[in-house]
Amino acid sequence: MRDFFARLRGMNSRWQYVILAAIVLLFPLIVRSNRWVQVANFFFIYAMLGLSLNIILGYAGLYQLGHAAFYAVGAYTTAILSTHFDVPIFVLLPISGVLAAIFAILISRPILHLRGDYLCIVTIGFGEIVRIALRNDVSSLAFLANIPGLAFLRERLETAVITGGPNGIMGIARPRILGLVFRQQWHYYYLFLAFVAFTIFAMRRLEDSRLGRAWTCVREDELAAEAMGINTVHVKLLAFALGAAWAGVAGSLYASWVTVIAPESFSFWESVVMFCIVVLGGTGSIPGVLVGTVGMVVLPELLREVLLNIQQWRMLIFGAAMIFMMVVRPEGLWPSQRFRRELELAKEMATPGS
Amino acid sequence: MGQLLQQLLNGLTIGSFYALIALGYTMVYGVLKLINFAHGDLFMLGAYIGLVTLASLVVNVGLAVNLGVLLAIFLIVMSLVGVVGVILERIAYRPLYKAGRLPPIVSALGASIFLQNGVMLLYGARYRTFPEAFKQAMPEVMWELGGARFTLMQVIMLAISFLLMAALYLFVNYTRVGTAMRAVALDHDTARLMGIDVNRIIVLVFIIGPALGAAGGIMVGLFYGRIYFTLGWSYGLKAFTAAILGGIGNIPGAMIGGLLLGLVEALATGFVSDAWKNAIAFFILVIILILRPTGLLGERVAEKL
Repeated sequence: MRDFFARLRGMNSRWQYVILAAIVLLFPLIVRSNRWVQVANFFFIYAMLGLSLNIILGYAGLYQLGHAAFYAVGAYTTAILSTHFDVPIFVLLPISGVLAAIFAILISRPILHLRGDYLCIVTIGFGEIVRIALRNDVSSLAFLANIPGLAFLRERLETAVITGGPNGIMGIARPRILGLVFRQQWHYYYLFLAFVAFTIFAMRRLEDSRLGRAWTCVREDELAAEAMGINTVHVKLLAFALGAAWAGVAGSLYASWVTVIAPESFSFWESVVMFCIVVLGGTGSIPGVLVGTVGMVVLPELLREVLLNIQQWRMLIFGAAMIFMMVVRPEGLWPSQRFRRELELAKEMATPGS
Repeated sequence: MGQLLQQLLNGLTIGSFYALIALGYTMVYGVLKLINFAHGDLFMLGAYIGLVTLASLVVNVGLAVNLGVLLAIFLIVMSLVGVVGVILERIAYRPLYKAGRLPPIVSALGASIFLQNGVMLLYGARYRTFPEAFKQAMPEVMWELGGARFTLMQVIMLAISFLLMAALYLFVNYTRVGTAMRAVALDHDTARLMGIDVNRIIVLVFIIGPALGAAGGIMVGLFYGRIYFTLGWSYGLKAFTAAILGGIGNIPGAMIGGLLLGLVEALATGFVSDAWKNAIAFFILVIILILRPTGLLGERVAEKL
């Protein structure tokens, strides 16, 4: 395995890119199957989500296991504004991103002082609260009318529909440019591809920027980073805001693609998938996240094809594979050099609990 | 008044389940600083093994359920799930103790998926309810107190959970092995220097924690009368909240946290709205962590990443 990746990296990089680009661009023509283009679209959505979580978890080292909440904010913003006010999708993309970022800043500000596992748990909590709130809709708040003085709200609350409860929202508009309406899977394929390509480009620029280096410092040693004059609160908040904004854009794209969203699409399980994409692929590494997305999103679909007779074993094998991968390659499939060094250092220094 | 009493009683019962499950989380976290995300699924496994065995014994053999039978089932299931816990530790966690904080989390999540789907394959994906014959074989005694009702079953369950918790408390605080366990939780290296076999203590924790969770599982099944294979996610998250509430790593804390969470949830169901009870539980968790990150009983620990 290690050899394979080393050779892949050693290959003449220009040819590598040309071949890769050709395959990616012609993919819908090569496979000629709606189902596999659809799988590719899922890959793109999760790649964007993985890369956005990678800012928070990979670069800044903040354990975030509730990323589905930001994804949900983006998707629901788009769904609500599209169905109620007919706002076009391309206007809603930035709005969804900005709202997700504002939401992230509001909830992450009070919890930034938490570290490691504690942060992990609080983010799980937020993720669940968001899902439950979407599921319950405003009408479930009718009990508030029992409070003396608020009785006048009863009728308004009972009839209010915003998130559509467990059924979610249907009939979200499809994106359109210059009269072209996105309908087919392959239309979305190229739309999503453009977004993912831009994301990768932006992340690469971000990695080596002043902010990116500040994130690395905070991840490696917060105290030292602060001593070097980095405003750690500010930097961590920016990680949350940027990560959430990008997840919000992914959510908006997702909503306009499937046109029906429900709270269960944003459950704890989704956060788990995103988390595993980043860690299995290689924390803090862009190619790692893409490989991780293949592992977490495309592989189960491939297994569905391969294991025709033992279909129901699919997730069992998947769970076992996750354990196996971590035991064999704890640094992830395609780790960033820096992260691997950190891990080796940690191995030398620490025994658990000491 | 009657309603309040009833909710408090229900809260106490559910809270004692949470407390039993929370102990597993807190003990593992205490010695390994690891969130065992698969713990909820071990609890679910206990519920399945226990209830399916019990139900089939009643229906096929015509066994009458009495206290002796119930205790025997508890003991057997607890030891079985304890063994599964040890295997889990061996395969999924032990190779990762020196690999940083993130890989064990993913490995634990993988283990959780594995266990869930394993149970689904073995027992089917649908809700499992109990056959009529099973319900009739259960002793049905009910009392009324100030407008609140409670059953003999509820009393037995409360008694079993409190006995288990008391036994664990005594074991950890007053035996040599318990002392060793507390030493390992404080510092692995120093504990090793004192002649403690750290790995054996870890294995012991992975027996006791899942065994207690399994006991909780059987009781949840008996109390609600139906189980499903994703039970571990919801109860696991809730029990984990309880462990944090009390201060993770702290054994009495997990007990208090569990009971408290059960009470809060029951009161929220009775007086606010059933739909929001989980959100309220998590909201309390968030507030506690913001204001007092180490929980109610936890000591202030300087945590380094």
